[in-house]
Amino acid sequence: MGGKRAVILFLGPALVAIGVFFFVPVLAAFALSFTDFDIYALGSFDYARFVGFKNYAQLLADPLFWKAFRNTLEFLLIGGPLSIGVSLAAALMIQSKLVRWKGFFRTAYFTPVVTTLVAVAVIWRFIYHPRFGLLNYLLSFAGIGGIDWLGDQHWAMPAIILMAVWKNFGYNMVIFIAGLQNIPAELYEAASIDGAGHLQQLRTITVPLLAPTTVYISILTMIGYFQLFSEPYVMTQGGPLNSTLSIVLLMYQQGFRWWNMGYSAALAFVLFAFIMAGSFLQSRVQKRWEAS
Amino acid sequence: MSRSPVRLFFFTLPLLAAFAGCTGAGDGRTRITFWALGAEGEHVAKLMPAFNKRHPDIDVRVQIIPWNAAHEKLLTAFAGESLPDMCQIGNTWIPEFRTLNTIDNLSPWVAASKTVHESSYFPGIWDTNVMDSLLYGVPWYVDTRVLFYRSDLLAAAGNAQPPGSWEEWFDCSAKMQSRFPGSYANFFSTNNEWAPPVILGLQKGSSLLKENNTLGDFSGPEFTAAMHAFYTFFKNGWAPVKTAQIVSVYQAFAEGFFAMYITGPWYIGEFMNRLPDSLQGVWMTAPLPGPDGGIGLSLAGGSSLVMFRQSKHKAAVWSLIEYLSEPEQQLEFYRLTGDLPARVETWRDPALAGNRFAGAFFLQLNHVRATPKVPEWEQIAQKVREYAELITMDQYTVEDGLRALDREVNVILEKRRWLLHGR
Repeated sequence: MGGKRAVILFLGPALVAIGVFFFVPVLAAFALSFTDFDIYALGSFDYARFVGFKNYAQLLADPLFWKAFRNTLEFLLIGGPLSIGVSLAAALMIQSKLVRWKGFFRTAYFTPVVTTLVAVAVIWRFIYHPRFGLLNYLLSFAGIGGIDWLGDQHWAMPAIILMAVWKNFGYNMVIFIAGLQNIPAELYEAASIDGAGHLQQLRTITVPLLAPTTVYISILTMIGYFQLFSEPYVMTQGGPLNSTLSIVLLMYQQGFRWWNMGYSAALAFVLFAFIMAGSFLQSRVQKRWEAS
Repeated sequence: MSRSPVRLFFFTLPLLAAFAGCTGAGDGRTRITFWALGAEGEHVAKLMPAFNKRHPDIDVRVQIIPWNAAHEKLLTAFAGESLPDMCQIGNTWIPEFRTLNTIDNLSPWVAASKTVHESSYFPGIWDTNVMDSLLYGVPWYVDTRVLFYRSDLLAAAGNAQPPGSWEEWFDCSAKMQSRFPGSYANFFSTNNEWAPPVILGLQKGSSLLKENNTLGDFSGPEFTAAMHAFYTFFKNGWAPVKTAQIVSVYQAFAEGFFAMYITGPWYIGEFMNRLPDSLQGVWMTAPLPGPDGGIGLSLAGGSSLVMFRQSKHKAAVWSLIEYLSEPEQQLEFYRLTGDLPARVETWRDPALAGNRFAGAFFLQLNHVRATPKVPEWEQIAQKVREYAELITMDQYTVEDGLRALDREVNVILEKRRWLLHGR
C-alpha cells in the first residue's frame, strides 16, 4: 500500500501539471474546432456558435490550405532527407580517424542549432540578397546571375529549405555520432581483415547498425519539419504569392491575425492527424524492415 | 454550445500577460499606462516631461509596441484582461475594438473639452473614429495616399503637369511608354498593397460592401469599372506586372524605372534621405487625379488615441489625450516624427507650410474616405489585393475575378449577416 502512495506522491505533481497545462488546453482547442469562435465571440461568448464539422469541411475546400499543405510537403520531402543525409555525412566525417580537432568541428556544426533564428535570418537575408548577396556573387562565377531568392515564387521555398537544413543538421549529427560510437570497432577490424573496402563497410556495417538511430531521427525530423513556421515567418511572411506559406503559418495567420480561432483550431487537429499518420507509417515500415 | 471549454482556454491566457497589468504608483500619484507604437512611441516620450510639469499628479508610463506586433498584442491583451489605460491605434482598427466593446465612447469628454473640437479636424479623418454617431478615438496624426512623381521624366515625355484626371493619367502613361521603352510609367506593388485598387474603387463611387456591409459589392458596376481602369495599366505595359523585380523602391524610382507611385507621407522623409542630390527638386507630390478631373478620393488613414473601458483613471487619460491634441504638441510631434498633424490649423504653421511636399497632402486630406467599418475589413482588403494581383497576371478576367472575390468576401461576412439578421 505504501508503494502505491509513493507512486501517487511522486507522479502526482507532474501529472497535474501536464493535465492542466497540456490536456485541458488540447481538449479545449478540440472543442473550439467545432465552433466558429472569432473576433465577435471574443467580445461576447454568446456570439460563438456550435458548427459541427463545418470548419473541417471549409478547410478541406480552401485552396489556401492545400497550397500550404503542398508547400509543407515539399519542405518535408526535400528538406527532410537532405537534412538527414547532410547530418549523416557530417557525423561520418567527424568520426573519421583522419579528422583532427573533432571537438571544434562538432561545436562549429552544432552552433547554428543553438543560435536564435532571428539572428540567423538576418544573415541569410544578406546572403540571399539579389544584388549584393554572397550566394549570387558566388553563382556569378559560374555564369548564373540575378536570382531573387526570396522574392521569386519558384526560388523562395528552395531558399528556405537550404537555410533550414543548414540550421538544423547539427542536432541530428550529434545523435548520429552517438549512434556511430555504439558500433563495436571489432566489426570494422574484422571486415577490413576480410578485405572489405570503405564503401562496403559503410553499406554492410554502418548503415544497418545505424538503422534504429535513423528511424528515430527521421520520425523526429518529420514531426519537426511538418511544423515549419519560424523560417518563413521571419524570412518571407509566407510570400511571395503564398509560395512559402506552411500549415502552421496559415494556422497562425488565421488564429492571431484574423482571430478565426475555431478555424485555426481545426487546422491544428488536421495537422495533428497528418503527423500521427506519418509517424505510424514510419514505425510500420521500420517493423517490417526489422522482421525481414 | 458548451461554453466552459472555451472559457477554460482563455483562463490560461491571462497567466502569460498578468505581469503587464500592474497599476497604481506607491507615491499617491495616478499611474496610467500608454501603449504607443514603433517610432511614435520613441518620440512621444519626449513630450512627457512638459506634461508632467503641468500634471505632477499623473505618472505616465509609455510602453513601446512594435507596429507589426501591435494588433495581435492588443487582441491577446484583451483576451488576457491586461490592456493598458490608453493606446495609439490605427484608425482602421477602431471598428474591431468597438465590436469587442473595449474602447470607450469619447463623445461626452469632447463635449466638455476646450481643446478637442470636431471642427479642428479633417472631416474624412474624424469620421473614421465615429461609429453609430459616437466618437471612439481622437485623431492623433493622419496619413493618406497621394501621387509621387518624377517631374523631369514626365516633362521629357511632354507632360508639363502631373495627370489631373484618369483620361490624362492614361494619356500621360502612354506617352511615357513610347518615350521610355523598357521603363514603366507607374508602379503598383500588387504583391503587398491593397490600397491602389481600393482607392480607384472609392473614386468610382463604389461602397465596396453593400446591404449594411454584409455582402461584397466588388462585382458591382462601380468597382468593376475601377478594376478595368486598374487592369488597363498592366495590359498596356504602363505598370510592371512582376513586382518582385523591384527590390528597392528608392533605387527603382531614382533610376527612372517608374515615374509615378501612389503612396503615403512616410515616403517624403525616405525620398529626401535616400534619393541622390541630383533628384532633389525633381521629384514631387500631387493629389490623386479623379476619374473625371478634380481631386480624386483617397484613403483616410492615420492613428487615433483611444481610451480603454476598463481603465480606472479615465480623467487622467483624457487629460493626456487633450494634451497631445493641443496644436503646439501636434506641431512638436510633427517636428519629431514627420507624421502629419491631425489638426487643420497646425498646417498654417511655417513648419508645414514651408514643406513643399506637404501641400499635396493637405489638399488630398480634404478628399478622403473611410473604408467599410467592419472588423473583417483587414481580412477583406487582403482578399482584394490577392484578386487584383491575379487579375493583373491574367489568371482571371476582371469580371470573373471580381465575382470570385465577392464569393470569398461573402463567406468572410457570413457571421456578420447572422448577427444582424439571423438571430
